[in-house]
Amino acid sequence: MSTAELTAQGAELPPDLVQTFIDMAHHEHHARGASIEALRLVQERFGWISDAHLAHTARILGMSQADLDGIATYFNLLFRKPVGKKVIMLCDSVSCYIMGQEQTRERLCKKLGVKVGETTPDGEFTLLPIVCLGHCDHAPAMLIGKDLYGPVRPEDIDAIIDEAREKTQ
Amino acid sequence: MNALNPEKQPLLALVNRETPLDPTAYEQKGGWRGVRRALAMSPAEVIEEVTKSKLRGRGGAGFSTGMKWSFVPKEPANERRKYIVANGDEMEPGTFKDRILVEGHPLQLIEGMIISAYAIQAAYGVIFLRGEYHLGLERLQQAVEQARAAGWLGKNILGSGFDFDIHVHPSAGRYICGEETALLTALEGRRANPRSKPPFPQIGGLWGAPTVVNNIETFSNIPHILANGFEWYLGLSACEDGGTKLYGVSGRAKRPGVFELPLGTTLGVILNECAGGMQDGYKLRAFLPGGASTAFLGAEHADIVMDYPTPEKAGSRLGTGLAILLDDRTSPIGMIRNLEHFFAQESCGWCTPCRDGLPWVERLLIEIEEGRGTEQDLARLKDAARLIGPMGRTFCAHAPGAIAPLDSGLKLFAEDFAQHIRRSTHTDRAGDVSERAA
Ligand SMILES: Cc1cc2nc3c(=O)[nH]c(=O)nc-3n(C[C@H](O)[C@H](O)[C@H](O)COP(=O)(O)O)c2cc1C
Ligand code: SF4
Ligand code: FES
Repeated sequence: MSTAELTAQGAELPPDLVQTFIDMAHHEHHARGASIEALRLVQERFGWISDAHLAHTARILGMSQADLDGIATYFNLLFRKPVGKKVIMLCDSVSCYIMGQEQTRERLCKKLGVKVGETTPDGEFTLLPIVCLGHCDHAPAMLIGKDLYGPVRPEDIDAIIDEAREKTQ
Repeated sequence: MNALNPEKQPLLALVNRETPLDPTAYEQKGGWRGVRRALAMSPAEVIEEVTKSKLRGRGGAGFSTGMKWSFVPKEPANERRKYIVANGDEMEPGTFKDRILVEGHPLQLIEGMIISAYAIQAAYGVIFLRGEYHLGLERLQQAVEQARAAGWLGKNILGSGFDFDIHVHPSAGRYICGEETALLTALEGRRANPRSKPPFPQIGGLWGAPTVVNNIETFSNIPHILANGFEWYLGLSACEDGGTKLYGVSGRAKRPGVFELPLGTTLGVILNECAGGMQDGYKLRAFLPGGASTAFLGAEHADIVMDYPTPEKAGSRLGTGLAILLDDRTSPIGMIRNLEHFFAQESCGWCTPCRDGLPWVERLLIEIEEGRGTEQDLARLKDAARLIGPMGRTFCAHAPGAIAPLDSGLKLFAEDFAQHIRRSTHTDRAGDVSERAA
């Protein structure tokens, strides 16, 4: 289990995040208006949104846990399960399809040794599909963490992944 | 995209994706003239100027921007809460224009929002940006801080007595958040289902208050209209409606990209002169003129005028103005299957035809693509298009948008579908049907 997962288990939110959420809630017309950004911040800190953190966030915003979970599970970018240190999002939409996304994906899966939706055994990468990244003029496009790549041809995969792996260390 | 002419390409002329302008540099290059002029006018005069400019929304539906603003109740800002929202969800596959504006020139958007806020007397604005635009988010947040520090946002802007501030909201990702009422629902911290209209957002929007939602490209036009006047703006265009348009292409073009051209430019010019034509060895077979939710047009329309009415007459829509090219070596069935996968996945689940119909459409397309389809499957697809597609069967325009490429594709690529089915390993047997009926 990674450190991020351990901290996320059962633990309360750190005081600075609590204060941030309270400030955000005060800026909104209604506290729940801060919910999506609060969940995003939890995830930015811990990589994903654990039950304990969800419950604590819900208490601060005066929402029921089920209500907030309904939001957390609705949006594509909020993770309710642990993910790898870096999330790789490969665009599977139309322009990337035309430009050979499927071949790029095959190579990527082979390089990482996982299927789409899975995390590498060393916990480095989670590979997820994503809809159009607005980088269609550089298709096939891909996001690793916050870094945008494209066009990503199958033959580029090895170098990109090796470099990304070094960057995290 | 260097050496753009600010007289002809006002939106992109100051875009710099390496280092966007700060407020001072922007001023030196002619920025902030629009907001200065607007603040010296009455709100009603600003709305009139924008109406006369014949600016139509660049987010896909093409509604007159000035008219939209005129529906907002007229009380001054301190008497009633009102909101301005910039729609930067941009999750429509094949559309990538707003990204360039937020990454390369966020102050232009901010100036546009200040002017719009003044026109409807709103004190608060939100920029709703899709969550995957990490660089855009960073640039916008920085630009908002810089604009605030320089006195362009906050209390008493330019000593006019007008207060306005902006918050940047990163989305957590769902295509439906781009639909304006769903977007407002998301900002209220709820699952982003669309709302029924009326009330329209201009009367009852964010937290029930009057709200104007416009696309990022739409707002980015506003400073130029105010700085140079509506007549100048009308003169930019090659058609009845005003201004330039960010056009673009993706697919097998030599140089795919976004180009700022007079509204009403032909696809021929966009594709051949700007994007360098098709890649060697590829021929244009058909295209979606304005993103994933528009109907296919065949290669015989390759020189179509890309204004609002012409693609509609041809059976499609201008949409976001960014064409997706289908070449002669890509399977149209695979392409439609890819599109329907997106729409099925991104349905918000509120209405049955959309929630249940689109995954079913996707399954039928997979069967046909993989050589297991039958004549009956083809008939089912046609039924689905007829039943799910028309406006009014569902709560929002997601389902009609989803059906547009399918419905048009079934007609345009009828021979491809027929061939796939002829080669299929399965055959329809009349016996099956009568057995089931018995
Ligand atoms: C499913 C769906 C997705 C949409 N996505 C976007 C979007 O990402 N950006 C956008 O500006 N408009 C989008 N729209 C259109 C908006 O509902 C709305 O018409 C637009 O933001 C109004 O701005 P405009 O008048 O400046 O075009 C979408 C509409 C639908 C039905
Ligand atoms: S048409 Fe689809 S996306 Fe729109 S409200 Fe209905 S289920 Fe949701
Ligand atoms: S379709 Fe892949 S980035 Fe747009």
